[in-house]
Amino acid sequence: MSTTELKIGGFGGQGVILSGIIIGKAATIFDNKSATLTQSFGPEARGSACSAQVLISDDQILYPYVTVPDIMVVMSQEAYTKFEPELDENGLLLIEKDLVKPKKPREKIKQFAIPATRIAEELGRKIVLNIVMVGFFTAMTGIISAKAMREAVKTTVPKGTEELNLKAFDRGYEYGMNLKKKGKAPK
Amino acid sequence: MKVDPKGVLTGSYFLDGDHACCEGALAAGCRFAAGYPITPSTEVVERFAERIPLVGGIFIQMEDELASSIAILGASWAGLKSMTVTSGPGFSLMMEHIGLGAMLETPCVFVNVQRGGPSTGLPTLPGQADMMQARWGSHGDYELISLCPNSPQECFDFMIDAFNLSERYRVPVMFMMDECVGHMTEKVVIPPADQIEVVPRRYTTLPPEEYLPFKPDPDLVPPMVKVGDGYRFHVTGLTHDERGYPVMSAECQETLVHRLIDKIRRNARDIWIYEEDQVDGAEVVVISYGITHRVALRAVQMAREKGLKVGMMRLIVVWPFPEERIRQLADKVKAFVMPEMNYGQVVLELERCVAGKAKVLLAPHGGGTVHKPEQIYERIMEAAK
Repeated sequence: MSTTELKIGGFGGQGVILSGIIIGKAATIFDNKSATLTQSFGPEARGSACSAQVLISDDQILYPYVTVPDIMVVMSQEAYTKFEPELDENGLLLIEKDLVKPKKPREKIKQFAIPATRIAEELGRKIVLNIVMVGFFTAMTGIISAKAMREAVKTTVPKGTEELNLKAFDRGYEYGMNLKKKGKAPK
Repeated sequence: MKVDPKGVLTGSYFLDGDHACCEGALAAGCRFAAGYPITPSTEVVERFAERIPLVGGIFIQMEDELASSIAILGASWAGLKSMTVTSGPGFSLMMEHIGLGAMLETPCVFVNVQRGGPSTGLPTLPGQADMMQARWGSHGDYELISLCPNSPQECFDFMIDAFNLSERYRVPVMFMMDECVGHMTEKVVIPPADQIEVVPRRYTTLPPEEYLPFKPDPDLVPPMVKVGDGYRFHVTGLTHDERGYPVMSAECQETLVHRLIDKIRRNARDIWIYEEDQVDGAEVVVISYGITHRVALRAVQMAREKGLKVGMMRLIVVWPFPEERIRQLADKVKAFVMPEMNYGQVVLELERCVAGKAKVLLAPHGGGTVHKPEQIYERIMEAAK
């Protein structure tokens, strides 16, 4: 497998970096791949567009930064506007349905949406929307096993919130798998 | 000597370089840190502050970098392995006490997570432009040791080497990270405590009446004493004799400073740590350090795909500079390429050692991000012409 470049965007405080950590941890600790996470943020910590960038590979990762993302996960309008043009022309774009109003996607881009905030609210805590997105990402990309991802969620989120977060993961994952079953998404 | 297992968080983690650096220090037995937080090094002391109470050591957030850098010298003399952590602007403020540490022959580690400079520069982005400052930043003549890691795993591994070298040679060791390595998160494996070797402090075996605090062993390194064991000692930044008392003479200066220099230069073969890959028969050898090595490796792969014979030498210990090895290689290769995130610092040492026997090409970068592999690749192709 060549290196997969992933960029996750949202606003600071949404759990963007934690999503990157969970994905990187799943890849390296539980799926025996290489992963490098870098993050970009300005002097402002919360409220503005921030991103986590993850390289995932079966080989050693040398150049540490994402250059042209193959996959992009976007959780806010500002992040969508700022980062979407960077996505590879054959890329996969996963968006939060209620927070992002996308333009018509570029010709070859595969674009899918999930109402992650609504799902998180149904679970009782809006804050787990990032984990719903992580579950959705797992289903839609298949580059990391669901088992490894669940382990990473369980061992990364704050103690006492494991069950809630695993539910959030599963809901996002199932949503993605259903899209696939209906033939709406790439297998 | 085996390490105190309390400080070793054995296991596999997804950690950033700053956190891994802290864990390396704790595993090496560091039990005192003083610091004044500064981006991009803050996470090191944050973690230290959180972890050290569990390990039985002390962290103090000092009022500034001057205080931090002198506190670690005091802690070291009191018997603890100690370190401080900073970035460019703070590193500049610490120069006075780095010189004092060299003069007092105090084992300790200074971590500099380099960012773009000069001055406040680029707080959240990488640089490698403090390399000459690590070598010559304080006034006076002295030799220290500097190491450069290129990944979170190496931040852990080489912190142990940093502490070991500082104890072995009684010098401050500069641990020269950069923002990219510090904030990059990757897999870090922390081995079991019984697999980590640490160099214990060298204490005198002489009774108090015979002990001279600056009388060196044959390897030019003087043994220390344990505070409270009844030994008399005196330390001063002034030029001092073997008793530690000031002597204002050219003879004493010659004896002391020459030894401070020689204790590193004459032991350099044991201090150098570098890696080589396919340098035998290479036309061009790329020499790099820190994060730049990873990018250079990609460039070297690209050049090899074109059929070029390119070797790779990677400096883990940058100071002292491995001059002996460079001289050997200079007789064999056509050209050297050195990429660094500055406009030519360590390359000056390379040029000095190559002494015109081969071409030396710099691939400079101002910092703020790392080189693109293509930038280094182009220099390799130019060097091969």
